[in-house]
Amino acid sequence: MQVLISTLSQGLIWTILTLGVFITFRILNFADMTAEGSLTFGGSLCAALMLRGVNPFLSLIIAGLVGSLAGLITGILHTKFKIQAILSGILTMIALYSVNIRIMGKANLSLLGKSTIFSALNNIFPMFKSDFVLKTFIIGFVICIFSVVSLNLFFKTQLGLAVRATGDNEQMMRALGGNTDFKKILALMISSFFCGLAGALIAQSQGYSDVNMGTGSIVIALASIVIGEAFLSFIKFKNKILSSLICMVLGSIVYRIIIFIVLNLGMNPSDLKLFTACITAVLLGLPKLKKFKLKLGGNKNA
Amino acid sequence: MLKLNNIYKKFNKNMADEKIIFEDFNLDIKKGEFVVIIGGNGAGKSTLMNLISGSILPDKGEIFIDSQNVTYLQEHQRAKFIGRVFQDPLKGSAPNLTIEENLSLALLRDKKRGLLFGISQNNREFFKNELKKLDLGIENRLESKMGVLSGGQRQAVTLLMACLVKPKILLLDEHTAALDPKSSVKILELTEKIISEHHITALMITHNLNNAKKFGSRVIMLENGKIKLDTSKDKIDFDSI
Repeated sequence: MQVLISTLSQGLIWTILTLGVFITFRILNFADMTAEGSLTFGGSLCAALMLRGVNPFLSLIIAGLVGSLAGLITGILHTKFKIQAILSGILTMIALYSVNIRIMGKANLSLLGKSTIFSALNNIFPMFKSDFVLKTFIIGFVICIFSVVSLNLFFKTQLGLAVRATGDNEQMMRALGGNTDFKKILALMISSFFCGLAGALIAQSQGYSDVNMGTGSIVIALASIVIGEAFLSFIKFKNKILSSLICMVLGSIVYRIIIFIVLNLGMNPSDLKLFTACITAVLLGLPKLKKFKLKLGGNKNA
Repeated sequence: MLKLNNIYKKFNKNMADEKIIFEDFNLDIKKGEFVVIIGGNGAGKSTLMNLISGSILPDKGEIFIDSQNVTYLQEHQRAKFIGRVFQDPLKGSAPNLTIEENLSLALLRDKKRGLLFGISQNNREFFKNELKKLDLGIENRLESKMGVLSGGQRQAVTLLMACLVKPKILLLDEHTAALDPKSSVKILELTEKIISEHHITALMITHNLNNAKKFGSRVIMLENGKIKLDTSKDKIDFDSI
């Protein structure tokens, strides 16, 4: 039971990152590598602030808000400097590596003994005092719900609709009087906000922030996205965006469960990144593989 | 209404393959005119449309819409005045958004998009009525994705989207060229109906002389960036072209 909740809560915390990457990768149709940098950026900021005595909740919010600046930079590189999407993100990500070390003053910061948002829960619910896993679950759950609801509301507004249309058909959006550069920058900033928030949450839950904590995180998020999308055939709300967002939560949780299972089966933890990359590649390629199979089948009949 | 004064436009400037499209090009279109533009490939028809819509900027010269100088306005800023239908039916609408979402975006063409809800119940009724006029039977499919419609249906909705907020100028860039003959005729009839109903000033590019004969009030023929022929429709002798 404890293990299950622990896996679930890990999934819930990493959902925030998945949501961030989902906004750029699926809604904006923009392969944004910034995520790896902004995750660590959020983590470093949060840890550095907390060590200077800032309230952990406030640190979390600031980490998200400042994290969104990473998206702003990527957006400006892409829309104003006309640098390719993928390269804009890589530039920001690499630059953030140095920035993160500057922020922390060294390669990692420990939050040992600091009060975090998780320990703050002790005062509200004294009965959970010793149960760290349950606290992670509650906080992850609340933040997830809040994120899903607010993103769902945003994408139903006129502006949110315009952001989605920019990702879907940029030329149309311009012909309909939309400033697509602005919409792209906005979406990248929202995405980075969530990545930064995720970084801060992860730092607080694991008790330290590390300059390498973002490495490979984009692949984890992509794996969660493609796993989540497999649920789209079961979760069919009238509201398509809400269904997608809920699938992202499910995808992130299922990813954690898969990781838990393969680790228990004896996989070397250092092989996880290879494993994750393989799942992502296969799931992304699956629709094409199916078509290929159909083609072969068709030839046989012909 | 629409004025192009002394427009110069070159592509690949200062390079070996420099191509001069327009040199001192002038055009004056009056309010309510339905101008049909004909001409061979490379005559500058599409460049003309792109200059008016702002997707490309002229090297020299000025463009006025209703005596407002729009030469340096970006494409999305000019879109307030301009409705546009592209040749490719896939270009005019967002396939993964629903029909009503596409229409709502079109309804906000001349407004700022804020944090109000994108679709209201009032809008839905309005969209239904407008779609009914297209006579395609899609008025009850507001929540279907745009991508499931056929090319002809999508082009009809795009046309509706371009005129949902009455544009000062409607640009039609061979908007029926990619459709089958039947849908093509249907879209052209629809175009004429919408234009005459709302008294819209329109420019239409076509390769099809029959369409030029049938539609429009003024015919302009372009050749190598120059106006070779500019006449009201009733005076034109199509057999001589």
